[in-house]
Amino acid sequence: MTSLPPRVERKLGLVIDLDTCVGCHACVTACKGWNDQGAGLSDQDPHGADPSGTFLNRVHSYQVQPAAGAPQIVNFPRSCLHCDKAPCVTVCPTGASYKRAEDGIVLVDAAACIGCGLCAWACPYGAREMDAAEGVMKKCTLCVDRIYNEALPEADRLPACVRTCPTGARHFGDLSDPESEVSLLVAERGGYDLMPEMGTAPVNRYLPPRPKPRPAQASLLAPLLDIQATGIAGWLDRLLGRL
Amino acid sequence: MHPAPSVIVFTVLSGAGFGLLGFLGLGRPAPAGWPAFLLWGLGYGLTAAGLLASTFHLGRPERAWRAFTQWRTSWLSREAWASILALLLLAPVALGAWTGVAVPGWLGPLGALACAGAVLSTAMIYAQLQTVPRWNHGLTPVIFAGFALTGGAILSGQTTPAAVLCLGLSGLLALSFRIGDGRFRASGATLATATGLGTIGAPAVFELPHTGGTYLTREMIHVVGRRHAARLRVIAIGLSGLVPALALVVLPAGPGAALAAAVHLTGALAARWLFFAEAEHVVGLYYGQGART
Repeated sequence: MTSLPPRVERKLGLVIDLDTCVGCHACVTACKGWNDQGAGLSDQDPHGADPSGTFLNRVHSYQVQPAAGAPQIVNFPRSCLHCDKAPCVTVCPTGASYKRAEDGIVLVDAAACIGCGLCAWACPYGAREMDAAEGVMKKCTLCVDRIYNEALPEADRLPACVRTCPTGARHFGDLSDPESEVSLLVAERGGYDLMPEMGTAPVNRYLPPRPKPRPAQASLLAPLLDIQATGIAGWLDRLLGRL
Repeated sequence: MHPAPSVIVFTVLSGAGFGLLGFLGLGRPAPAGWPAFLLWGLGYGLTAAGLLASTFHLGRPERAWRAFTQWRTSWLSREAWASILALLLLAPVALGAWTGVAVPGWLGPLGALACAGAVLSTAMIYAQLQTVPRWNHGLTPVIFAGFALTGGAILSGQTTPAAVLCLGLSGLLALSFRIGDGRFRASGATLATATGLGTIGAPAVFELPHTGGTYLTREMIHVVGRRHAARLRVIAIGLSGLVPALALVVLPAGPGAALAAAVHLTGALAARWLFFAEAEHVVGLYYGQGART
């Protein structure tokens, strides 16, 4: 049913730390790898001149210019935010797109999807991509087939992107519980919503880059560039300087 | 947004078709015998061709029947229902007009109401999208209704109402271009709000997440040449309303209506192409697009 559940029991989601993300795209690769099983996420012309493919997670890089000083690079992973007021769910004409009442995860039933694309239009965050081979919409499942999967070791019962992140920039948990690790992290670091003006009430939060002391000099190598020659080299230096 | 030919053809043809069927359902005009067969046939032909075209943009057209299930929440589902209801309700009325068999008088007006519902549901699919500010306002359904009424009036040969509607439509179109241009800025969405990085400075795109094209860049991030757009706007305003109005007033009824219909539909196609091509989706912000005007 494409009505949103009146109440969700839990709000499972991600907290993404823009301070520690180094933009390595490991989460992109791990996501693609895990979700490429079964029907998978198709690629078109992957080894040709114009490759294209379906991905559920993309990492942007932005340059942020502060009021004074040098600009800062911020790597920015973008995926489904599993919104409380998910506009992608209510627009779906077939009921393929739905939000689970038990954990708030937004999913697509691939067998019921007609591939009209309206849910992707309704999403402000570009979280949904049409699989060109299958003709149905694909999106982040929060690795629903990992997080509850008792066949996996407990350490692996996390979304693939979180499990793989080498810098620990991605955190997974229940954001409806104010005492959960992710909620405490959001409170401590001032986690925020993306495009709040769209009224989607996203569950995923982003942690802003921490303020960092800025070096006074433009180049960190500056002290090393002032070379004082000593010994024979120094004598030669002085001799050549006099010529 | 990507101006998909199937959706442009669908909305233009079925819009005009539902307009014509709506007028016929209300008994304005009320042809009988073979003229009725031709006129009702034209209405059904346009609508059916449009609805058929709409299935071409589906990834899984064979599952289209599922679109009837979610009428409680989805405008696309409501559009499917209203379309089928209109075609079913008006079928006995059309057959009655052709064969001379009497049908209950309430069927026609009820069918006309379903036609209006179909056109307005189509419009609401676009008007509801907060993510495309150019569409997300009250004028969008008015424009769709305007196209259906104007097309319907021309095709049903009602010279004076058609000429008036033509002029009104051109005016509405000009107004919608004006209003649409300011909508993205008014939505308040910027790269700063999209990334939340506005608090530490002014963000700009440094590197894209991918080197090739993706579904998102092909579907949502369509860039239209500004000069082309300006020219097409003039063409759309002229051909969908001003020129047909002139043809209706100056030429004799038969050829006037035929020319007006051909010109109006061409103008409607241009206007609908622009409707999609000029629409900016907020996801473009992540790719460095912003308010263009």
